[in-house]
Amino acid sequence: MNASSGSENFVVFDRVQKSYDGETLVVKDLNLSIGQGEFLTMLGPSGSGKTTCLMMLAGFETATHGEILLDGQPINNIPPHKRGIGMVFQNYALFPHMTVAENLAFPLQVRKIGKSDQEAKVKRALDMVQMGDFGGRRPAQLSGGQQQRIALARALVFEPELVLMDEPLGALDKQLREHMQFEITNLAHQLGITTVYVTHDQTEALTMSDRVAVFDDGRIQQLAPPDQLYEAPENSFVAQFIGENNTLMGTVKEMSDDAAVVQLDDGEVIDAVPVNVKKVGDRTLISIRPERVEIDKNRLHPEAHTIKAEVLEFIYMGDIYRTRLRVAGNDNFVIKTRNAPDQRRMTPGEQIEIGWRPQDCRALDA
Amino acid sequence: MSSLPPYATTGQRIWFYGFRVICGLIFFFLIAPIITIIPLSFNAENFFTFTPGMLALDPEAYSLQHYRDFFTNPNWQQPLWNSIKIAPMATFLSVSLGTLAAIGLSQSHVPFKGAIMAILISPMIVPLIISAAGMYFFYSRIGLQGTYLGVVLAHAALGIPFVIITVTATLVGFDRSLTRAAANLGADPVTTFFRVQMPLILPGVISGGLFAFITSFDEVVVVLFVGSAGQKTLPWQMFTGLREQISPTILAAATILVSISVVLLATVEILRRRSERLRGMSPQ
Repeated sequence: MNASSGSENFVVFDRVQKSYDGETLVVKDLNLSIGQGEFLTMLGPSGSGKTTCLMMLAGFETATHGEILLDGQPINNIPPHKRGIGMVFQNYALFPHMTVAENLAFPLQVRKIGKSDQEAKVKRALDMVQMGDFGGRRPAQLSGGQQQRIALARALVFEPELVLMDEPLGALDKQLREHMQFEITNLAHQLGITTVYVTHDQTEALTMSDRVAVFDDGRIQQLAPPDQLYEAPENSFVAQFIGENNTLMGTVKEMSDDAAVVQLDDGEVIDAVPVNVKKVGDRTLISIRPERVEIDKNRLHPEAHTIKAEVLEFIYMGDIYRTRLRVAGNDNFVIKTRNAPDQRRMTPGEQIEIGWRPQDCRALDA
Repeated sequence: MSSLPPYATTGQRIWFYGFRVICGLIFFFLIAPIITIIPLSFNAENFFTFTPGMLALDPEAYSLQHYRDFFTNPNWQQPLWNSIKIAPMATFLSVSLGTLAAIGLSQSHVPFKGAIMAILISPMIVPLIISAAGMYFFYSRIGLQGTYLGVVLAHAALGIPFVIITVTATLVGFDRSLTRAAANLGADPVTTFFRVQMPLILPGVISGGLFAFITSFDEVVVVLFVGSAGQKTLPWQMFTGLREQISPTILAAATILVSISVVLLATVEILRRRSERLRGMSPQ
């Protein structure tokens, strides 16, 4: 966590529930504390409740149960326009009838800030997103990336302590998106503002955030910094949602605190780290990251477990090779190898031996 | 307009030219009666027909005497001023109430939207004579029959459907996240309405207002029932003029009304283009 200063509980969701129809809960029992200055991402598939959480924080939806606190104050009964939270909308929501400068001045005008002060703040915000020369344009005259920057500047111009972003980069092309990811995180850390970022793009979540909350089915499945999330997923949903993941089905044969022996469905027996399997006899889903699978015997770890595999497909992707294998009856076992000068290109039909360290092999709920 | 592609079949060629002929006929059918009235209004004689002099383009056969009569004769001036007093007031009421109704009906949580909309639109659908008779009995009961206010209210009721329809159409294209953005930036609902929503739906409000204005300015049936001699409007005077004293001044009045309508509709078109530009639907 990268909280610069102040409270660890700047934003608090306390047992929050939300239902639109009074029957099904879109958000089920949400408990979450966000520290001041933290960049927190809510990540999840559509319908997982992440956007609803953001809208409750912004005040556009009301929580059915529970309390939302901002800087110690309950905000359930404060209307959106009095919350003083900045927000970048998915479609930017720039006012089409106003120029860029008028868009930025709008939050300052409604706060009755003096004319000269307004101009100075607008100019500073535009310079901050490198759009200083665009004040006189209308939003329709800007490209998607430029509109995105203006939306960001408008959310920051009145100096809110908390900024919400609702999939703000969804409409941009890949290169621009990567560039903006970098700019947004830089700006957020530089200004020390707390950011809650909603996305369904896991790369965005991993590269930008201090912590990521993975949502599914109205609950936070895991809340952790990006590296922990990727390397130590706590359940099979998180393992499969974040990054690419090889899965093998099996049954737990022996189990201690930090090691388990799993018999795969084709009879092969392997070692794994037990994560959320409870007892011997449980069905388990073994998760192994493609880049942790080794094909070069000389580079294998002494403790590594090896297993036979058949090459099914070889895909050249430029920087890496992606090879699809059949391992223990699974036809979708993928490995990634770096495109190094001495790297071998495998041919379909080839029989090879692969291996991995037991600690990279995690036994999760099936 | 596209031209015929080289691979067009005979059938397509026939349709290509046939379509243009049909369009031309429709325009002729709609516009010819109006066009005919304009030269006739400059007739030097008290006739409703083209005199031989007019057909020979003799300047002597043309005159502005009917326009002079229109602008000086109290029989025409009184109704003109009545219309000018009634139409803007009725328009103002239609626009205010119609816009509010349209915005309310566009909210997703309003119950019985379809039914409310149907009731508000009904003055446009129910035969005018029925509305007029109903208003006559209702207004006489509450003392509004034969008053300026009564005519204004009756015309406002006729104008509201136009405003509701045009504003509802504009609201369909209105991005709801803009009002959320305004609230998020600190604007209270009233500020949001006047600074963000109103400017963007203004083209719809104005074209609805123009239709309401024209409705009131052209309306004759309801005013005959609800009004009295004191509220005699221009169309009423034209109607009685046609029955009682056939004078080509009616043609002058008609030409003036047509001109007003053309100017108003041109304004609508200009506004529509402006709003399209603002929404970025066409290049600046």
